[in-house]
Amino acid sequence: MQEICPYLAAFRARFQLMLQYRAAALAGFATQCWWGAIRIMVFAAFYGVHASAAPISLADAVTYVWLGQALLALLPWVADPEIGQAVRTGGVGYDRLRPLDAYGYWFARTLGWMLARALPRAALMALVAGIVLPLVGLGAWAWRPPSGLAAALLFIPAFALMTALAAAILMLANVIVAASLNERGVNAVLTPLVIVFSGSLLPLDFFPDAMRPFLHVQPFAGLVDIPFRIYFADLHGSAALQGLALQAGWTLVLVGLGRLAMERMMRRLEMQGG
Amino acid sequence: MNGLALYGRYVAASLRAQAQYPAATLMLTAGHCAATAVEILGVFALFDRFGPVGGWSFGEAAVFYALVNIAFSIADLLTRGFEVFGTDFVRTGAFDRVLLRPRAAALQIAGHEVRLSRLGRLAQALAVLIVASRLAPIDWDPATVAIAVWTVAGGVALFVAILVLQATLAVWTVESLEIVNVLTYGGVQAAQYPFNIYAAWFRRLLTFGVPLACVAYYPVLAILKRSDPLGAPDWLLPIAPLAGFAFLALSFLAWRAGMTRYASTGS
Amino acid sequence: MLQILVEALAKTYRVAERAPGLAGAVRGLVRRRWREVHALVDVSFSLEAGELLAFIGPNGAGKSTTVKILSGILRPTSGRVEVGGLVPYEERVKHVARIGVVFGQRSQLWWDLPVLDGFDLLADIYRVAPARYRRRRDELVAMLRLEPLLDQPVRQLSLGQRMRAEFAAALLHDPAILFLDEPTIGLDAPSKLAVREFVRRLNREQGVTVLLTTHDMHDVEALAERVVVIGQGRLLADSPFASLRAGVLAERRLCIDFAGPAPALEMDGVTVRARTDRALELAFNPVDIPTPKLIAAITAKHAVEDIHVDEPAIEEVIARFYDLHDAHEA
Repeated sequence: MQEICPYLAAFRARFQLMLQYRAAALAGFATQCWWGAIRIMVFAAFYGVHASAAPISLADAVTYVWLGQALLALLPWVADPEIGQAVRTGGVGYDRLRPLDAYGYWFARTLGWMLARALPRAALMALVAGIVLPLVGLGAWAWRPPSGLAAALLFIPAFALMTALAAAILMLANVIVAASLNERGVNAVLTPLVIVFSGSLLPLDFFPDAMRPFLHVQPFAGLVDIPFRIYFADLHGSAALQGLALQAGWTLVLVGLGRLAMERMMRRLEMQGG
Repeated sequence: MNGLALYGRYVAASLRAQAQYPAATLMLTAGHCAATAVEILGVFALFDRFGPVGGWSFGEAAVFYALVNIAFSIADLLTRGFEVFGTDFVRTGAFDRVLLRPRAAALQIAGHEVRLSRLGRLAQALAVLIVASRLAPIDWDPATVAIAVWTVAGGVALFVAILVLQATLAVWTVESLEIVNVLTYGGVQAAQYPFNIYAAWFRRLLTFGVPLACVAYYPVLAILKRSDPLGAPDWLLPIAPLAGFAFLALSFLAWRAGMTRYASTGS
Repeated sequence: MLQILVEALAKTYRVAERAPGLAGAVRGLVRRRWREVHALVDVSFSLEAGELLAFIGPNGAGKSTTVKILSGILRPTSGRVEVGGLVPYEERVKHVARIGVVFGQRSQLWWDLPVLDGFDLLADIYRVAPARYRRRRDELVAMLRLEPLLDQPVRQLSLGQRMRAEFAAALLHDPAILFLDEPTIGLDAPSKLAVREFVRRLNREQGVTVLLTTHDMHDVEALAERVVVIGQGRLLADSPFASLRAGVLAERRLCIDFAGPAPALEMDGVTVRARTDRALELAFNPVDIPTPKLIAAITAKHAVEDIHVDEPAIEEVIARFYDLHDAHEA
């Protein structure tokens, strides 16, 4: 316990700080409701023409949209803005003075940053899309609970892995930002990659069938597509386990890459005396 | 020097400032282009899988997408000052500085910054328009071109008006209200599909509440030489973008009320 | 010629009272309670063309509210204001074309543009004719020694350099009145001196009317002929600087180290401020007791090892001055 205390503290400090931005959370929530409504209407229109062409049912697609909007802030769109700042102001030097594993320390802070932005919005979204919509008679457009107990139980590790994977991707981005001091450039590459390949834009199976073999093994699939399909049991049994394994595998690979890159960067900073 | 010429000087100054960081500006532009272009991928994937929807092929739908994105990118390029008015002008007190100059405040705010990176969205939207013109049967005769330009102008007016309203609200709230993103980014999101696929309440909101349909859906019908499947009269379609200008006029009335309020409360 | 006329000026803000926490915020949406804050109460003063007036007072006293009203940004609740024959907030555009304003903590130049480009843009904003602009600019560049800075982007200037550029920017359109809001704040000593010297020349040689707000008594001492003290929204004093100098600024300190234990010392017009075993610190006014006479009187009676005269710290003087006028931070 003693060992992980500082990392927990780093996580908690950042988490509490981010929770204070209530107005931003409310604005983000309203925007995401609107977005969700548009997406769902678009889906409904296409399903209305040719439902049999769809890889999942409309009800599942609706849940997919709400879940995606609820957890939008968990996606690694942009590098943690504090990292670039810390390097520019020399705050990184302090981080090297702490008797901690620098990667673990940053990872915990980044995790706190992501979860604090995501969880309040997710709770609000669950309330509105999951509870209020059915109550006012719009149950067909509601965010449904997981499809069965197995799906619910499997979604727990899937959610944890999705969060860890997102943090691992962000960490890699953070290190590149810190090394290149080019936050905008990194974000410019990262954002479109994440939107398309995570399944945030559309569930990956909606893209042309020929692309499937590639789309289902690339790391970003573990951010949205895999966990969400586990949620409504589109992935179940061994397929679900395979999905979890893919998430876990990519997380390990990316954490390893991130650590390696970070060590190299730190060594360079030491040599420059920066 | 009259207002328009001075605005030109402001624009030139802003461009010179951005020219000091050419690499960053280019990269931002490319990034903006990529981040906004992914939307058309989504539209394409849906049409590819499901086939035509609401009587529209992908090529026709792409015209809706292109025109609203062109209009928004131009508005977005021009209105940075209004967008950051709350956080960068009212809260910091920098707006006092603006009022100390013998020129209309709106002109100075409009001239605050012209964001070149927004050309990224414009570039991808123009590319989509070119592709759409090949896929859909559009006859680019002078009249059609005129309607397209007029449509974009109305769209720019509408989006500028929304940003002016956001800035006006900031006099009361001090912060820039990000909730307005629902109407700007969210408006683009909505208007890049033909409106007849949406639910009735949503169409009404975006016709009579914020006249987005008037600067996107209706005039594009005229460009595609199609009648409204929902029954709006044909003569209405090409003149609908007027609503964007009316909305702009209204937003400036609100802006003036905001200025009066600012003078009596300060920041 | 009367240039600024302020009569019975009052400014009252309504501030929403909000209970803390989320519950308070929600309740605030439904029913707001308002509290009135009197930022200015019955303030009257006037200023002749060519005068240099310093406005002093603690934070929140109403200095900047007054400056904002005089410069046309803010509309008063009641009272009469005329600056150069115009009511500032009624005819903002016409009024601000005739005034210059320098804020010590706020820049009016363009961060990423070279200084000269910013000047060019300002000339267009203020509609200064090209020939007149070039003449005025060259004059200011010479006075403020800006020549080597003209090609540099503003973001690369030091604070002192930037303030010099700010002064030029505020004066390109040749305003008859200059408002200075804490112009020396944060500057190093040589820059402060340069700013004061420039303002003095502007006022004496070019006849520009100057209204200065400051916390720095050295600014006041170096520049002002007249001082207005404001506290809690009220005008507490409006007096020539000379009388201020004869009053609170006149006091001196005498610090004495004795060879033996410090004696009990009782003299008219002298107070003991501090004592230790072998030292005393005395306060006196040289107008009442000339310094040589006091020193002679003490050294005649006691064995003294060291003796020197001090001025009170300027901050202390200000604090006492505010005390005297019952002005405290709002």
